[in-house]
Amino acid sequence: MASEQNRWLYRFSVITSLSIVLLLIAGGLVTSNNAGDSVPDWPLAYHHLIPPHLIGGIRFEYGHRVVAGLVAVLTLILAVWIQAREKRPLAWKLGWTALGLVVAQAVLGGIRVLDGYPAITATAHAILAQIFFLTVVGLTIYLSPWWRRDLELHQDASSPSVRSLTAWTTAVIFVQLILGACFRHGALGIMPHMIGAAAVAVMVVWAGRAVKKRFGAIRQLRTGVALLHSFFGVQILLGGAAYWAVLAAADDAQPTFTYVSLTVAHVLFGALLFASSLLLTLLCFRVTRPAHSTAAEPVSASPQKASV
Amino acid sequence: MKSRRLRLLGFLCVLVVAGCGHQQKRAQEGASTGPAQPVNSATSGTISGKVTLSGAPPTLRPINMGTDPNCQAAHPDPVKPEEVVTGPNGALANVVVYIKSGLGNYSFVAPKAPVVLDQKGCMYEPHVLGLMVGQPMEVKNDDPTTHNVHAMPSDDSGWNKSQPPGAAPIEQTFDHPELAIPIQCNIHPWMKSYAFVFANPYFAVTPSTGTFELKGVPPGTYTIEAWQGKYGAQDQTVTLGARGSKQISFTFEAGSGAD
Repeated sequence: MASEQNRWLYRFSVITSLSIVLLLIAGGLVTSNNAGDSVPDWPLAYHHLIPPHLIGGIRFEYGHRVVAGLVAVLTLILAVWIQAREKRPLAWKLGWTALGLVVAQAVLGGIRVLDGYPAITATAHAILAQIFFLTVVGLTIYLSPWWRRDLELHQDASSPSVRSLTAWTTAVIFVQLILGACFRHGALGIMPHMIGAAAVAVMVVWAGRAVKKRFGAIRQLRTGVALLHSFFGVQILLGGAAYWAVLAAADDAQPTFTYVSLTVAHVLFGALLFASSLLLTLLCFRVTRPAHSTAAEPVSASPQKASV
Repeated sequence: MKSRRLRLLGFLCVLVVAGCGHQQKRAQEGASTGPAQPVNSATSGTISGKVTLSGAPPTLRPINMGTDPNCQAAHPDPVKPEEVVTGPNGALANVVVYIKSGLGNYSFVAPKAPVVLDQKGCMYEPHVLGLMVGQPMEVKNDDPTTHNVHAMPSDDSGWNKSQPPGAAPIEQTFDHPELAIPIQCNIHPWMKSYAFVFANPYFAVTPSTGTFELKGVPPGTYTIEAWQGKYGAQDQTVTLGARGSKQISFTFEAGSGAD
C-alpha cells in the first residue's frame, strides 16, 4: 500500500515536472514575442482577474501567468503530499524548497512587470526558472522507485571521478544558461554565450565518454549518457539556428513564426539539457563510488544512504 | 585549490567583459563656456537641405495585424513598416537632422505646446519625432483597441502605461537629451516609434519631400548629423555666417545599413 502511494506521488512529481516544461515554453513565448510589458499591472491584468481583451501580446503574457498559477498549485500539492507521505527528510526539504522557489518566481515576475529593467529582472526570472525546474526534476528522481532500490555501488578508480565530471558538467551548463539569459534579455552580448557553448561541449563529451568507458555495462548510466548527448546535439544545432534567426529578424517589423519557434526551442532544449545532466549526475552519485572514498558506504544503498 | 578558484573567477570575468557592449546614445551638446546667453536673432541664419535615398528602397514584408481584429479591420490593404519611407525623386522621410556639435553656450526655452504621438490604425503617427528637454509629449489613442505605451530611454527611467480606447492622453516629458528613444506597444509588437530629445531647437524630421530647415541658428561652425533608422547616421560640417543661409544635402545608399 505504502509502495503504491509512493508510486502515485512519484507520478504526480513527474506531472509537475512536465508542467514546468510547459511553463518554460510559455515564458519563452513571452520573451520571443516581445510581450513582457503588454500587461502593465500585477497581480491583476488591466485591473481584472482576467484581462478584458486577450489580444496580441496580452495572450502570451497572461497565458504565462495562468500556466504559472497552475504550476504553483501543483507544486503546493506536491510539497504537502510529500510532507504527509514521505519518510525521508531530504524529500521534505526539496518539496518545500520547490514551493519557495515558485513563490519567489511569482514575486520576481511581478517585479519585472512593475519595475521594468528587463536586463536585470527578466534575466533573474529566467535563471530562477531553471533552478526551480532543476529542483523539481531532482526531487522527481529522488522520489522514483528506481532510486529507492538497493543498488550496487561500483567503484570508480579513475580521476577525476564520474561523480565530479558530471557534477561539473551540470555546473557549466548552468553558467551557460545564465549567459544565455543575459544575452536574451540584453544584459550581455553573444560572445560569452558562445564561449560557454564551447565549455559545455568539452564537458559533455568528456563526462559522457568517461561514464561510457568506465560504466558502459550499467544500463541506466548508458541511457543517461545517450540522453545527455542527444539533447546536447540538438541544442547546438538549435543554438546556431536561433542565432541566425536573431540576426535575420533585425529588419523585421514584428517577431516571425520562424524566429519565435527557433528561439523558444533553444530555451526549451537548454532546460532539457540541464535536466539530463542533472539526471546523469544523480545516477553517478547513486551507483558509483570514487576509489579514494574512505567513508563506510554500504555496498547496497539504503533509502537513508540515498539521501546523501 | 585557491589558485583554481582564482582561475575560474578570472575566466568568468573574461566572459563578462567580452560580452559587455553598451552604447551611449546621448545627443551631442555644445561646449559650455561662461553663462548661457539667448541667441541673437539679428545675426542668426538658416541651414536647410534635402535628404535622399540612392538606389531602390528595400522590399519590406507587410505587417501581419491578425492578432488583433480591430487593427486588421482598420487596414483593408496591407501595411508596410515605416523603417524606410521614400517620396518623389528618392526623397527620404523620417530622417532626423540636427546640430551634433559646435553650438556655443546658449540658453533655450522649451516650448509649452506638446508634441503629439498618435496611435491610429495600430500604427504610431509620427514614426519619428523630435522634441526638447522638458517639452511635453502627448500620446493619444485613436484606436478602438487597447495599447500599452512603453518608452525606454537609457538616461531617464522608462515608463509603461496602458491606454484603453477613449482614455485620456498620456503626457510625459523627458529630462535629458537622448537620441532614438524607442517607444513601443508590446500588445502590437510592430508598433514602434523613436523620440529624439534635444537641449536646443535646432532639429527637424524630414517629411515625404525629404526636406529640412533649421532656423534661427547663430553664426558658427557646426557638425550637422542626419540619422536614419536603417541606414545609420551621416555628418557634415557647415560654417554659417551672420544672417547666413546654407544648403546641404545628405544621400543614403540603399545598399548600406543592416540589410
